Amino acid sequence: MECSVVFAGFGGQGLLFTGQVLARAAIKDGLEVFWIPSYGPEMRGGTADCTVIVADHPIGSPVVDQFDAAVAMNLPSLRKFGPRVTPGGLLIVNTSLVTSQTSARAEINELRLPCTELAARGGDDKLVSIVALGALVGRLGWVTPESVRAALREISAKKRPEIVHTDLGVFEAGLEAGLRVTA
Amino acid sequence: MTEPREIGVDARMTEAEAGRRSRVLMKGNEAIGEAAIQAGCDAYFGYPITPQAELLEWMARRMPELGRVFVQAESELGAINMALGAAATGARVMVSSSSPGISLMAEAMSYMAGSGTPMVLVNVMRAGPGLGGIGPSQSDYFQATKGHGHGDYRVPVLAPASIGEAMELMATAFELAERYRTPVMLVADGILGQAMEPVELRFRNPERHVFDWALTGAAGRPARIIKSIDLQPEVLERRNLALQHKYAEIARQETRFATECMDDAEYVVVAYGTAARVARSAIEKARARGIKAGLFRPITLWPFPTRELARLSRHVHGILTVELSSGQMVEDVRLAVEGRCPVAFHGRMGGMVPTPDEVVGALKALSGKVERTREREREQQQKRHSGLLEDRTGGHRRATEAASRERTQGAEVGVRAGTRGGGER
Repeated sequence: MECSVVFAGFGGQGLLFTGQVLARAAIKDGLEVFWIPSYGPEMRGGTADCTVIVADHPIGSPVVDQFDAAVAMNLPSLRKFGPRVTPGGLLIVNTSLVTSQTSARAEINELRLPCTELAARGGDDKLVSIVALGALVGRLGWVTPESVRAALREISAKKRPEIVHTDLGVFEAGLEAGLRVTA
Repeated sequence: MTEPREIGVDARMTEAEAGRRSRVLMKGNEAIGEAAIQAGCDAYFGYPITPQAELLEWMARRMPELGRVFVQAESELGAINMALGAAATGARVMVSSSSPGISLMAEAMSYMAGSGTPMVLVNVMRAGPGLGGIGPSQSDYFQATKGHGHGDYRVPVLAPASIGEAMELMATAFELAERYRTPVMLVADGILGQAMEPVELRFRNPERHVFDWALTGAAGRPARIIKSIDLQPEVLERRNLALQHKYAEIARQETRFATECMDDAEYVVVAYGTAARVARSAIEKARARGIKAGLFRPITLWPFPTRELARLSRHVHGILTVELSSGQMVEDVRLAVEGRCPVAFHGRMGGMVPTPDEVVGALKALSGKVERTREREREQQQKRHSGLLEDRTGGHRRATEAASRERTQGAEVGVRAGTRGGGER
């Protein structure tokens, strides 16, 4: 198994952080993982993205043409990465910012989630990317939810222990959303 | 520094499995910095530049914590000349930068090679020429293996393909630098610098030796001088010969490479660093499509694994070199192969990275070309074979005719028969 996901949106939406949470969860599940941010000048222009590859064998190419999953937290990201989701793959669109536009691709699964609202329900409306991670894990199960929770606890415990509870709450909200749509 | 293992994940977890789960996520630049620190780096000098900046930042935080030297110099020139001074005292010294910064350091590299000063220089390569861009690149291969400064000198160049390997090679770099009294380069590209991968926090701190050349204060002993200048040609030639002797020794002892899927390989991809990882994915895809491909990955770019590639080229059908450049290492591949098999090239520039599909395409093109050539050769051989048969009978007939003509026309026939005979041999 080798799966790739791109988390894309505005700088400040926590996309690089969320990719690292997924990477740490993969390690906890004994998997191989590769995390690579876009480190170009676009970072300074406001958009940000990172790619995470999860595999059960040593990872070859760090560069991905077609993603098994993409998280588009804003419209430019939908336009950039929507067309690069592999047929049968998953596209998560944040409808809190992307209200009407879609990928217009019938051959992929487009999961449309109001990330801001879901994050608010979990305890902090800023943690939109954690919602997307929850939905991704709920839907595709590349890593176990327990490993994601452990990764969140670990990272937050080091930096801001007071937000662990919120992180976990928001992740659950996303996870539920991901699982619900599957059912 | 290992992270605490989760309790109760699986009581029957093997040690290897537990090891896999206890790995930590590290960014390439930071992992290289930490590996240098754990390898006993005494002093670091640098100047910020993307995509290597996190390495400098890591050193800025960690080196003072440990009471070691960190200097952000006023420029790359300042950094490497400070390193030259520190290294002359026998300290374990490191400098890092990215491509344009390395160009600025070139002069001092030559002086360090000339004066036999050990140092480790990390180049997290970005796309050029000039200021170029900050995307990943391998376009400094020529610079690293054949160039930087002036003069007849070489430096060992190490090229990791993963963050874990980069950590291991940092210790090797210090080892080689001190063993051979030479600057050593480690080249990564922007991807290796910026990416994060799980790594085991296993480090190596090479044994320290007492240097009989280091400038440690001359009280109670004759003064030592570290210099590269020598105005007497006879003496300077001797110094150069000594250097060349050293390089020959390094080439004999320190050539490193790795291979994958080579047992039954008919086609070989030669690639290093990130390009080698793309090649690894491509080889898997190519094999699924019936092309028996393998990977030959130079780990030392100098000394280049010439002998091993030469050996390979005797029994494979073709070689494809993949680089994040216009084709630099491919020149060394061709020198090693010496025309024994076709050598093709695929590369991207400017911060672009070849995709596995592109590499598979290049492999298909190469194997197609080789197959067509072989087909043509077979046909020609067949033609020659049947032609020879015809020739023999025809030759006999013509010889008989000629013999009868000879009686009348003289020596001309002998020449013809001789030519034909030569062709048949």
